[in-house]
Amino acid sequence: MASPVQYLPGKEPHAREHRLIFRNVDRAGYDPSIDCYLKDGGYEQLKKALTMEKSAIINEVKASGLRGRGGAGFPTGVKWGFIPPTNTKPVYLICNADESEPGTFKDRYIMHQDPHQLVEGMVISCFAVGAKLAYIYIREEFPMAAKILEKALNEAREKNFLGNNILGSGFDCEIYVHRGAGAYICGEETGLIESLEGKRPYPRIKPPYFPAALGLYMSPTIVNNVESLCHVKHIIQMGGAEYAKLGTPNNTGTRILCVSGDVQKPGYYEVEVGKITMGEVIDVLCGGLKPGRKLKAIIPGGSSAKVLRADEKFKLKDGRELGIMDIPMDFDTMAACGSMAGSGGVMIMDDSRKMSWVINNLNAFYAHESCGQCTPCREGSLWMRKISDRIVDGKASPDDVDMLETVANQIEGKTICAFGEACSWPTQSFVKKFRDELKADCKPEFTGRIVNEETLVAAAGLVA
Amino acid sequence: MSAPAASTQTAPPPVDMVNVQIDGVWHKFPKGTRMIEACKQVQAEVPHYCYHPKLTSPGNCRMCLVEMGMPPRPAPGQEPEKDEHGMPKISWMPRAVIACANTVSEGMGIRTNSMLTQECRKGVMEFLLINHPLDCPICDQAGECRLQEFSVEHGKGESRFREDKVKKPKNVDIGPRVRLDDERCIMCSRCIRFTAEIADDPVLGFTERGSYTTLAVHPGKRLENNYSLNTVDICPVGALTSNDFRFQMRVWFLNETKSICTKCGRGCNTEIGSRENTVYRQTPRDNNDVNSSWMCDQGRNDFHFVNSEYRLTDPMVKVGAKHEATMWKKALAAAAAGLKSVKADEIAIVASARMTNEELFMVRSLAKTLGVTQIDVVPRTGGADNYLRADDLNPNSNGVRKILGIEPGAKLQSIIDGVRGGSIKAVLALGENLLKSGFEKADLQKLSCLVSSHILANASADLSHVVLPGSSYAEKRGSMINVTGRLQRLNRAINSPGNAHDTWEIIRDLIVACGGSNGLHAVEDVFKLMASEISIFEGLTLSRIGDLGVQVMETNEKIPLLEREKERKAKGMIVG
Repeated sequence: MASPVQYLPGKEPHAREHRLIFRNVDRAGYDPSIDCYLKDGGYEQLKKALTMEKSAIINEVKASGLRGRGGAGFPTGVKWGFIPPTNTKPVYLICNADESEPGTFKDRYIMHQDPHQLVEGMVISCFAVGAKLAYIYIREEFPMAAKILEKALNEAREKNFLGNNILGSGFDCEIYVHRGAGAYICGEETGLIESLEGKRPYPRIKPPYFPAALGLYMSPTIVNNVESLCHVKHIIQMGGAEYAKLGTPNNTGTRILCVSGDVQKPGYYEVEVGKITMGEVIDVLCGGLKPGRKLKAIIPGGSSAKVLRADEKFKLKDGRELGIMDIPMDFDTMAACGSMAGSGGVMIMDDSRKMSWVINNLNAFYAHESCGQCTPCREGSLWMRKISDRIVDGKASPDDVDMLETVANQIEGKTICAFGEACSWPTQSFVKKFRDELKADCKPEFTGRIVNEETLVAAAGLVA
Repeated sequence: MSAPAASTQTAPPPVDMVNVQIDGVWHKFPKGTRMIEACKQVQAEVPHYCYHPKLTSPGNCRMCLVEMGMPPRPAPGQEPEKDEHGMPKISWMPRAVIACANTVSEGMGIRTNSMLTQECRKGVMEFLLINHPLDCPICDQAGECRLQEFSVEHGKGESRFREDKVKKPKNVDIGPRVRLDDERCIMCSRCIRFTAEIADDPVLGFTERGSYTTLAVHPGKRLENNYSLNTVDICPVGALTSNDFRFQMRVWFLNETKSICTKCGRGCNTEIGSRENTVYRQTPRDNNDVNSSWMCDQGRNDFHFVNSEYRLTDPMVKVGAKHEATMWKKALAAAAAGLKSVKADEIAIVASARMTNEELFMVRSLAKTLGVTQIDVVPRTGGADNYLRADDLNPNSNGVRKILGIEPGAKLQSIIDGVRGGSIKAVLALGENLLKSGFEKADLQKLSCLVSSHILANASADLSHVVLPGSSYAEKRGSMINVTGRLQRLNRAINSPGNAHDTWEIIRDLIVACGGSNGLHAVEDVFKLMASEISIFEGLTLSRIGDLGVQVMETNEKIPLLEREKERKAKGMIVG
């Protein structure tokens, strides 16, 4: 951490930031080559890790309290411990670089500007879980990142940080980049695994297909987010206990917030988890709202997270009552406030935003991305979009708003994968919190069967 | 019993049993039983679309969601709480789970009719119907459609859907025998799994995504394997329909008769769907020792000859160069006179391995009455396909071996030679077209007497002096022994056309006409007599054979498709 780092002019981190993963992002004179990385002390942690016991590395990661940065916030060390001890099959590690959650844009900067950090983190993780083969599943929309990673992997191979007998340790490890074909569902780990196997990315049922036991090719598989794997390198460097001092208890380390929407300075900010409140994110990091605007709503953790209303008060179990600006940016408090920290994508909406438009935009995304495997999400996501389409068009009756909510309720908790929640939570929360506004966009006379004008025009064409 | 109610099923003792509460009543099940099967065993049927016991379970339809609970893990040192049956108290989970892919475990509770379960089903039913065309009045599946059935039981009864439905391809030609209507499809993926897992011909798949997901054949491929019509059977809705059956008959008009397929030696168990003396379709019936739940297209669609306009309806005697329809009595007398006009060793009987055991037994009696020793059947082989079809294309070769005591085809050539050489002057052909069995037209013209029993008019009937119209497999009760040595039963689905008779009766009447004894009035009597004379039938009657048949001999033949299913079952991939 020691040496002072120079950043590109205008891209300097805010004083409240704590740059660990993003230390080399926007750094002056820094490029993604291995030479640059090595000059900066790169792959030293790999050398260190290769001298450690595998269990010791896992224990360090457990001690660090690192929670997955992909969205669910599951403790990484615990996940690694799920590989059955009696396993005789090969173990695989997959880096989930299918960063597709709307509002999230952190992993791409890691891969674009500091790919070797990811490679180092992955090789260490492979060593710890006993994986000789790892894949980086990268979304189709990141062609540059895929090229950069390929180059980085080649460089690492040349220097024997990858391949057979890495640095004389006797440990063999290979990493391949696999590009997706443009589907949000490939970010779901079992969908990702199916896709990697060459099939449609239909998520698997759990039980029995928990990846740690029956993952890629029915072998134990660990799937971690890009940012999570990068953290492993820093945990080895600092030691688990020292790393755990960052952030707050049970919400350790740093995480990258991707702030978008109606603020003066949207962008990425790496902060200690829970050490900064929502209000500080907006006012201190992002320079406040745009002039003359009022805060209306915040989606705090990627588009799947439930929306928070600006004037809401959150009563917590420990007796605290928080306003929206007081919520610390951590996993647990955010969950206690009825939303989630998710992937770190914070979307700020001011009073210029129409909520019917927002929910319709989200519904359109989820209807487009539903994989179509299981009934509630397949049928429900498009239905919700069609209803919200009408609300936006002013062709809905107020009852439609209530119906929208019940459709979402029929999806939540009834699907194979978490997409069901991802697509129903926004609708549920927007209807619950902005019901009056949505209903104001409706007209009571629009009851009964709604005839689509396009259909009418087409029908008229047929008659003529 | 004070504690848990007795289980309704008995399992061998070494199997690990677990206590499971279903709808408030405790039962015992073998460990590893799927929840859906456990519920079924105690008559708490769980509705489902995608689950099929012979296929893997993707859990995609979500119709079998049920409320599930487990006893909470007690804190260290604490005793688990007990309910009034002395069983651990269950804490119910807020999320429903699918019953099809999850297995039961000790102390588990399942509620198949709770508020949560009902709410899940209502939701799934509504979702399945919003984009469904609801064209039941013109859909062939109507009447046996799961969507209809579950919609009545679990649906809402009205639609809240006010949008335009998703449009998808209709009347898609995906193969020579199967037609696809994508708007009716509920994406359960049963057909995809069948073609991939059972038929090893993975030509079906989904394209598009979300609500626009569309079932299709892969580019350049067709669903044309010999098992393609099984996809129509397992399709829970009317998305896949049979070209052969579609628009022919509403299913609720069909009489369903349990029978077996006679296309090859496998004897796949079937159900014949008929109405007013017409057979409309033939579908496989579950039998895990014979055909699992499947049958080949060849066998399934091989019933149209039964309805043929070329069916023989009256006994006929040749007068001059022409056949004249006559009464049975006269025809049989003519046949008997013809046969008796030559010496016994100048008569040959060409019977058929497509005849039932009862018919073959009557042939045996006839041969005894006449003193005939030249007797054979026409062999047919070359059918094996590594799935269900047997190499032996005759359905009852084992019956021939056991009843007539001959090896099919052993004497046929010597009979042909005898006819050519003039040592055989009379031939009785039963159910076989001699012109397709090695005889030439000239051979048959030489005979002083040719009596044949046929189902359809054909060239060899044309050459016969006496033609006796027999009955097809769908018109008779009787039994056959398949290639694996299983005695199975045919049942009468329809009546024979016109004056055609049950074949065993024709032979009986011929025996009587030839001066033999009578005393047999029903096919059951024939079986009784047969059982007293032939050891493998000992202790059996036609009714005791049952719907699934009885193993009466060992042939050591393995059924490839069933062997693979057993393997998958052993691996836990399917329920079986």
